[in-house]
Amino acid sequence: MSGFAHYLPDIWAAIIAFAIMTYVVLDGFDLGIGILFPFLGSDENRTRAMNSVAPVWDGNETWLVMGGGGLLAVFPLAYGVILNALYVPIIIMLLALAFRGVAFEFRGKTRRWKPLWDKAFFGGSLVATLAQGAILGGLLRGPEVTGRTFTGGPLDWVSFFSLGTALALVAGYIMLGAAWLVIKTSHDLYDRARRVGEWSLIITLGFIGLASLATPFLHPEYFQRWFAWPGIILSAVVPLLLLAAGYGYWKGIRSDRGVMAYLSGIAIFVLCFAGLGLSIFPYIVPMSITIREAATPPISQGFILVGAVIFLPIILAYTAYAYYVFRGKTSEHEHHY
Amino acid sequence: MSIFDIPTLDLARAQFAFVVSAHIVFPAFSIGTASFLMVLEALRMITGKEVYLRVFEFWKHIFAVVFGMGVVSGVVMSYEFGLNFAHFADKAGPVIGPLMGYEVMTAFFLEAGFLGIMLFGRNRVNRWIYMFAVVMVAFGTLLSAFWILSVNSWMQTPAGFAMNDVGQFIPKDWWEIIFNPSLPYRFVHMVLAAYLTTALVVAGVGAWHHIKGTADDAVRTMFRMAVAMILVTAPIQILAGDQHGLNTLEHQPAKIAAMEGHWETSKGAGLILFGIPNDKTETTDYKIEIPYASSLILTHSLDGEVPGLGDFLKDERPPMTIVFFTFRIMVGLGFAFAGIGFWGAWLMWRKRLHAPGLYHKVALVFAPGGFLAIIMGWFTTEFGRQPYTVYGHFTTAESVSNLSHTAAWAGLIGFVLVYAFLFGSGIFYLGRLMKRGPEGAEPVENTPQRAAGVAGAMLAKDVTTDKSEAHA
Repeated sequence: MSGFAHYLPDIWAAIIAFAIMTYVVLDGFDLGIGILFPFLGSDENRTRAMNSVAPVWDGNETWLVMGGGGLLAVFPLAYGVILNALYVPIIIMLLALAFRGVAFEFRGKTRRWKPLWDKAFFGGSLVATLAQGAILGGLLRGPEVTGRTFTGGPLDWVSFFSLGTALALVAGYIMLGAAWLVIKTSHDLYDRARRVGEWSLIITLGFIGLASLATPFLHPEYFQRWFAWPGIILSAVVPLLLLAAGYGYWKGIRSDRGVMAYLSGIAIFVLCFAGLGLSIFPYIVPMSITIREAATPPISQGFILVGAVIFLPIILAYTAYAYYVFRGKTSEHEHHY
Repeated sequence: MSIFDIPTLDLARAQFAFVVSAHIVFPAFSIGTASFLMVLEALRMITGKEVYLRVFEFWKHIFAVVFGMGVVSGVVMSYEFGLNFAHFADKAGPVIGPLMGYEVMTAFFLEAGFLGIMLFGRNRVNRWIYMFAVVMVAFGTLLSAFWILSVNSWMQTPAGFAMNDVGQFIPKDWWEIIFNPSLPYRFVHMVLAAYLTTALVVAGVGAWHHIKGTADDAVRTMFRMAVAMILVTAPIQILAGDQHGLNTLEHQPAKIAAMEGHWETSKGAGLILFGIPNDKTETTDYKIEIPYASSLILTHSLDGEVPGLGDFLKDERPPMTIVFFTFRIMVGLGFAFAGIGFWGAWLMWRKRLHAPGLYHKVALVFAPGGFLAIIMGWFTTEFGRQPYTVYGHFTTAESVSNLSHTAAWAGLIGFVLVYAFLFGSGIFYLGRLMKRGPEGAEPVENTPQRAAGVAGAMLAKDVTTDKSEAHA
């Protein structure tokens, strides 16, 4: 048992990483659709696009709560330090998510203010995505920590690097959103989504290349991990896999296989995530707090792990069922609030 | 002191208090509405009556809007602990974190997973699966309340823990933590509050349509159900609140002293109905009191000892003025709700419940009363446990994040402006939905002969009968 207890922090790091990853690929597509909102050509297209995500967006966003709540549950020190350090972009993200979340409900409730809620949906999605990218960038640069307290300033996260990660995430979410629309829609909206998918893929891959070139230089330790044994293997293989996934997305978009495009888009995100993991493991707050330092004692992590083992499979099952119930192309008149 | 001299600690507290107060009204309403919808769907399945479906569909649309606002303000809550109280998160995380983790895994996902089916899936699944989805959403809201109240109760009456060498609270016994001494009281009190609040809203909407002459059979059905619910829950809530108070006396005597307005510990203390607490002189001025009643309520004996705030060190006292007044507003509203319940029962007995009159105007005025009572109750309990976050062990001042004053101001202003705009709009749209009613507006009496069918004509007849009753 003591052997098992030793690995609890690693197991939990993996579960939290899974939750964040799931959040990114699920809410990613509905945020991407929000960002594309003004460019969908017509009001019917916008309605159709929104209706395609209306039954599932709430569940998607719950993974963000799982990421935050999970962090508090098993790595509370990291939760406190990260939220304290990234106070400004996190509040911006939360407020932006509020705008887009209520837009789902409010848009159909008013004719006069519909354009306002369209803008709220677009602006909220865009700003939330930018903030999430900036949070990633700010975290990778490593907040200043003394003892158990964040001791930096409120704008330490601002940098060209975090601007880059913010824009990269916008491109990536558009890519996922376009694939979703290819799966769920037809006619004009479908054609637009395919075109958007093509260029968003290229931009996403370009940003990933830039970020990959910049990350090793953020911190000497990142550099070492990427270019020393055994990290060098991954550094060599990951770009090839990324190109393969990019090809899969391209083929999927161009040959009416939306699911393949979407899954390839997920693969692109997972590969980037793996690269991130390689860069920062075993730290949870880069270069100051490790997973083990932030971990709660086994009695805490073990107690909640029982729940995770029981409930996460059930959650995945009924989430999958909910997606199954709303499978197929969405018509304009469905899923109105 | 200018407003720019407000300490960062108080800005962090203000932000937390604001976002949690804004949030609590939505889940309180969703808990009640989700259970109401579950009952309606079950009644429809059992009786086969179409009227339950119309009431269901009407409140389902309202539920969707409320739930959406609850989601966006709830996502914020899961991050608020770290944003404003990073040291609290670090120190109390090993105990409260897993409870909140269970809330996410057992409740949030459940609600969100089945909400889509409940809102949009009636034609895509069979009726048993649909009923199951409705039950899961209702169950999820209650489960969520259980876990978060377990967290809150543990902070008020901590149990089952030890401290480690870095000053963290470490769990010793999960059973003692989850079912800590104040949880049963708080959970019952809050769930009843949610049901009562929802019943008041439903009754208020029903009353409005009675006054406007748009009360069809769907409106009448929901109005009767709501009045019956108020009749049952309001008196039980008064009893539950009393029991909760006894529990607080045992574990948080300073809070009780502040609620009661007592500065000196005394035997045979009077119940202060009204007064103005004075922190400087440590007296409650201009008080109107019922002799011995405070001792009688709290100790069930006329000369029982009741604590006074003066017995506590100055830096361990909650702010009496806020606690004293918020508590009185809550209790006053609670008795008013019970009055609405009994009055409604009397009208029902006299078969005049559906005759528009003063009762319906009063019910309309009190429609948002439950929300006010809930917020006042939370102010009582949360200000009353100051200066601690973990009662008796960890102070609010120790809990706060290392924030810049400017960032704390910006955060507070940002939340206030955005919430005011978004939730203000939401409440406006809710009002419009409620006014439209189950049949989509248009007073029935103006269109008695329309081709709307037999139902319309029957409704018009009902309204006329009601009017004649009212004038009788």
